[in-house]
Amino acid sequence: MSATLPPRPRSRAALGLTAAAARGSFELQVCRECGAVQYPPREACHRCLSVRLDWRPQTGAGDLIAETRLIHSHDDFFRERVPIRLGLVRLDCGPTAVVFVPSTIAAAPARVKVVPRLDKAGQGVLVAFAPEGPMTVSDPYLQEMSCEPRGRKVLVTDATTALGAALVAELVKAGAATVWAGHPRDPLAVTAKEVKPLQLDVTRDNSVRAAAALGAEVDIVINTAQALGEAQQEMETNYFGLLRLSQAFAPALRTGAVAWVNVLSVYALQGFPQLETFAASMAAAHSLSQGLRADLLERGVRVINVFPGIVAEAGAAGSLKAAKIAPGALARTIVKALQDGVEDVYPGDAAQEWFARWRENPKVLEREVSANWRRA
Amino acid sequence: MRGPAVVEKKDGGVSRQGYEGVVVTAPVTVAYERYSTNGAHWFAARALAGVLAESGLAKAALDGLCLSSFTLAPDTAVGLTQHLGLTLRWLDHIPMGGAAAVVSLRRALRAVQSGDASVVACVAADTNQVDTFRGTLGSFSRFSQDAVYPYGAGGPNASFAFLTAHYMRTYGARREDFGKLCVAQRANALTNPNALFKKPLSLQEYLDARPVAEPLHLFDCVMPCAGAEAFLVMRRERALDLGLPCTTVLATMERHNSFPDDPIQSRGGWVLDRDELFAQAGVGHADIDLLQTYDDYPVISLMQMEDLGFCAKGEGPQFVRSHEFTVTGDFPVNTSGGQLSVGQAGAAGGYLGLTEAVRQVTGAPAGAAVPQARIALVSGFGMINYDRGLCCGAAILAGPGA
Repeated sequence: MSATLPPRPRSRAALGLTAAAARGSFELQVCRECGAVQYPPREACHRCLSVRLDWRPQTGAGDLIAETRLIHSHDDFFRERVPIRLGLVRLDCGPTAVVFVPSTIAAAPARVKVVPRLDKAGQGVLVAFAPEGPMTVSDPYLQEMSCEPRGRKVLVTDATTALGAALVAELVKAGAATVWAGHPRDPLAVTAKEVKPLQLDVTRDNSVRAAAALGAEVDIVINTAQALGEAQQEMETNYFGLLRLSQAFAPALRTGAVAWVNVLSVYALQGFPQLETFAASMAAAHSLSQGLRADLLERGVRVINVFPGIVAEAGAAGSLKAAKIAPGALARTIVKALQDGVEDVYPGDAAQEWFARWRENPKVLEREVSANWRRA
Repeated sequence: MRGPAVVEKKDGGVSRQGYEGVVVTAPVTVAYERYSTNGAHWFAARALAGVLAESGLAKAALDGLCLSSFTLAPDTAVGLTQHLGLTLRWLDHIPMGGAAAVVSLRRALRAVQSGDASVVACVAADTNQVDTFRGTLGSFSRFSQDAVYPYGAGGPNASFAFLTAHYMRTYGARREDFGKLCVAQRANALTNPNALFKKPLSLQEYLDARPVAEPLHLFDCVMPCAGAEAFLVMRRERALDLGLPCTTVLATMERHNSFPDDPIQSRGGWVLDRDELFAQAGVGHADIDLLQTYDDYPVISLMQMEDLGFCAKGEGPQFVRSHEFTVTGDFPVNTSGGQLSVGQAGAAGGYLGLTEAVRQVTGAPAGAAVPQARIALVSGFGMINYDRGLCCGAAILAGPGA
């Protein structure tokens, strides 16, 4: 069943705002020739007609110059959510933008900081916050742009890894109402009243199908199940595990479910010495997750892909030379991604750097890696 | 007698030609309906039949058409020629909303003056089905689709709420000021049989109306409807042969995307052209017997009064407080009731003031007459492409008595 969503059509140029918002970044088109910053997105520079436009990060600082409280809307999604506070912000970088204005912001004229968010339809929109201070909102239509775990029921598919255990603890700390902690084989020691152990082995059809009964209750699915070391097992867990989950859980998800998180790997973008088969399984999972994202978007459920480097953990990963991220730091990043409602997260310096290199030129990165491949 | 004057351009360029020898005649209104099951083509057909009946011309005598419509899709003016069996030698389609009438008038005048066409029908026709307006809004413009509609889908109400809030804060306008204009227009509408609003409006009712997009309330917002407006442009001798009352065009202007660097719209392109407009017309502000503003929301009427030079920028509220806008007032405005009290029939909303002005200066108004109406100023404003209206236009018209 599809959800009522805000208006989705956008020009291809406008999707640049969405693409940046998916990473939590506020970017606008900047003319490479004359430096003009412009919004709404265009096909050419409004000042010099150059077509060489780059999306560049902006501070979002500006003045709220006019506002309205919208009571009548022409769209079903908003009709269920009025009144809605809107503003016009003159950004310090030049353009004027229509923005959502949380009720906590002072009346116009006021200094604000414009921040991008993904709306319930997964499209980038702009929200004005106070220049200093927390970016929390109490307005229901703005809260829906976040996947805040507070008060929500969350499934962590494998809580027996270092990351899984850290994530369960972080979710409890963040106020999750219930955390189902998946454990493939050995029983799980439970430490908090919110945590409920759940036998779940993503490599087994029966196990996944049995657990999918929870779909009627769960708000957030976080797939932490991962294998690293043996090709068959990697593919069975990392790719087929996600496939089993998406086939069994996605259709069972209740209306009102908000997010599905996949812990993938930054090496899904480009492999790394000693990690070829792991990278291949994660590339497959990444590709699969894009289809899952498109399906769940229809239902207002955000798919968040997390692309860490190697998680510091005992076992096979321990001997790898790749830079590692601590499980606790990764767990905190995942909770923050839910709160911010972003789609793509590259946590830690190693992942950030890998992503930056890949983004700048994937072919160059491939050569950089292959040059070092044999020496690794 | 006042006459059109040739205006020397300040920049030393070619001086602008007047509109001698060409006239506007046969104003027609196709009765407005809140909703209609008929298409825009139906309303265009009624409008064309209307101008032919009014002028006594045969359909074959029409050789030019200038069309505006929001709801003709997937057709344009081209499709309409075959749909309505028109063989033309001059055709234009002006998708400029509230500025369409003035802009179409300019195109038609030059076409006839140059001999490219002999009789041009200017037509704005739109239908309004229950979901039409929403469909128009969602795909109104690319900027609107990308950067406005996803923010609450408020349509023009939200856009004008920003402009109104900013104008009120900056220039001290009060709701009562906008209310005074709306109440006067309603009084004007009560004698106009075409007006969809039939009941008087009191200032208290205006103030007590439900909010729509604050600071806008119900009676600040135009009501979409179906309908059409049209007129003919032809040579003066032709009109006189047909026994038609003639309206002369003394001067016109249009401007698009004026002041793009203003953070928010508080002025329009009229500011750039008003001196030349009045100079070309050879008249002063005191000679204007009636003003037809584009009035989908009252704030834009105040902006037009300022930008056309009837008062200084920011003095709109005081101007409203010190004048009366009814047909018999000292400064008659939107004498048919304007869109706010007649209804906004899509692109015909931009035509409403022009057909009314032609009727008033030829002594044949649909409702009450402005006493001794000879010279009218008609202003157009259209197309909130993103955060502001892009098209501004104005024309000064003179009746036979001027």
